[in-house]
Amino acid sequence: MAHVTTVDHVTVIATESLSKRFPRVTALDRLSVDIGAGVTGLVGANGAGKSTLIKILLGLSPASEGRAEVLGLDVATRGAAIRERVGYMPEHDCLPPDVSATEFVVHMARMSGLPPAAARERTADTLRHVGLYEERYRPIGGYSTGMKQRVKLAQALVHDPQLVFLDEPTNGLDPVGRDDMLALIRRIHTDFGISVLVTSHLLGELERTCDHVVVVDGGKLLRSSSTTDFTQTTTTLAVEVTDTDEHPDGTRALREALHARGTTVEDGGGLPGAGHILLLTAQGEDTYDLVRDVVADLGLGLVRMEQRRHHISEVFRSSDEERKEAAGHVS
Amino acid sequence: MSAEHPVAAVPGDQTRIHNIGYRTYDGPRLGRSYATRSLYSQSLRGAYGLGRSVKSKVLPMLLFVVMCVPAAIMVAVAVATKLKELPVDYTRYAIIMQAVISLYVASQAPQSVSRDLRFKTVPLYFSRPIETADYVRAKYAALASALFVLTAAPLLVLYVGALLAKLDFTDQTKGFGQGLVSVALLSLLFAGIGLVIASVTPRRGFGIAAVIAVLTISYGAVSTLQAIADAQNSTGAIPWIGLFSPVTLIDGVQSAFLGATSAFPGAVGPSHGEGAVYVLVVLGLIAACYGLLLRRYRKVGL
Repeated sequence: MAHVTTVDHVTVIATESLSKRFPRVTALDRLSVDIGAGVTGLVGANGAGKSTLIKILLGLSPASEGRAEVLGLDVATRGAAIRERVGYMPEHDCLPPDVSATEFVVHMARMSGLPPAAARERTADTLRHVGLYEERYRPIGGYSTGMKQRVKLAQALVHDPQLVFLDEPTNGLDPVGRDDMLALIRRIHTDFGISVLVTSHLLGELERTCDHVVVVDGGKLLRSSSTTDFTQTTTTLAVEVTDTDEHPDGTRALREALHARGTTVEDGGGLPGAGHILLLTAQGEDTYDLVRDVVADLGLGLVRMEQRRHHISEVFRSSDEERKEAAGHVS
Repeated sequence: MSAEHPVAAVPGDQTRIHNIGYRTYDGPRLGRSYATRSLYSQSLRGAYGLGRSVKSKVLPMLLFVVMCVPAAIMVAVAVATKLKELPVDYTRYAIIMQAVISLYVASQAPQSVSRDLRFKTVPLYFSRPIETADYVRAKYAALASALFVLTAAPLLVLYVGALLAKLDFTDQTKGFGQGLVSVALLSLLFAGIGLVIASVTPRRGFGIAAVIAVLTISYGAVSTLQAIADAQNSTGAIPWIGLFSPVTLIDGVQSAFLGATSAFPGAVGPSHGEGAVYVLVVLGLIAACYGLLLRRYRKVGL
């Protein structure tokens, strides 16, 4: 893609035909991408080159070819300066079990160059922001996975970096923990003003959190675009209604009534448990009123009416299908 | 929406949650050398269990006491019986107590580096301004300092006691100085060997066993061979055999240059010429340990 979308037009990370070759594998293959301020998702399967990219961006591993800049600093020559301004949360476990979260994060703050008093103050602040309270004085060994992830996040944020690299922060978390972590990641940018590069091998997970998504595969750039570009162009409305004696199949009755008013309605897209859900495209405020009136006229109970954003994966799937269709037309 | 009930303000409500929000940090960032020093002091404190759990304080503190008690007893005897000199030379003390020192190295070297490897904390260090060399230097210096504290403290006890017993000031000061140089060398050498061995394994148990094995087996083998050489009257070989264990290396250096009586069989220390080889080997080993650690950590990376 020639056109690259950036948020606020501030480039935080820029790479130019960046390659990394190991004797047997090519981890990165001429990757050129511009990443702006905000939350950026770096998506790819395991082994797609995400961790290699982070290592190069931290100035810890030289690129075989090409160049990269982080916060306007060249990774090849200004590694130490970059590492002073960024935070890093590794994918794997990295916490000693026999010290408390407070002690550990204070130590890490000092390792980032914060004077002792500031290190202690920032540690208390940061642990509170990531949601660790009384338990922060207990040894880390007794923490749950979710709490450990918070400590890992805290050590990456404690020196108030301008940018953080979060490597698979939702790994090993249950669905609730996952949502909490994603909400926290969102806050890192909106409340703390820190830009985020977050990696994941799950595309769907990032659409709620990221302003921008970069997809890599086999070390190559597949796509780089703003999430709003393809998730908010249309709003889909999901509607679920009850059945009544008068209308034993409320869903069907509603579909027919809406159809009669000239609104096209789709079924829930074959998702499990979606048989009772109707999807319709909202064209402004009128659609909401229409659904309300029709449901009231039929005497049905409205169980839910909610906005549904498209999932990134759907968009990818549909663009793939479009391409196939186009190819089909040609042949 | 007017459906909300107005919340009645309770006068004098003491419990209030203050959400101060996120505060940015504009203060100083002290950079690499400060971070290296912080790692040094944290590791040095850690070597005595400070800032760690109560359990991890027990062994280092106990060994420290065990190191100092004999010195205190000697001083008490010297003062009480008005001896003309101390029962043991300053330089000889560490050689006598070598088992305690080895045990200390074996327990604390793995605690210093194996933990970081085992719990994969190393990447957190290297994602910060410090470089591999800073990490290695801080860890090396910390363990060497901890060992110096362990070995120099009893010498200080002896020295203070000697002065209290009104022994000759010049003699004692000279002996104390020589003792300090000797234990400083010993600290650097033992710390290096211990760290190199410990840095290879993330398992603490292996590290402890390996360090003890290297320090004691080498000493056992060397002194046995020296005893055999002595029995066969080939005294010329004794100093050369001594080059192969850390304790005998230090012994050789101090008997050649620091006025110590050798603990070698027949008390025959190396000559000045041979002593120079000892010094070179000791310095070479220290440099090699440092080099190996650097290489090791360059590989560990993230």
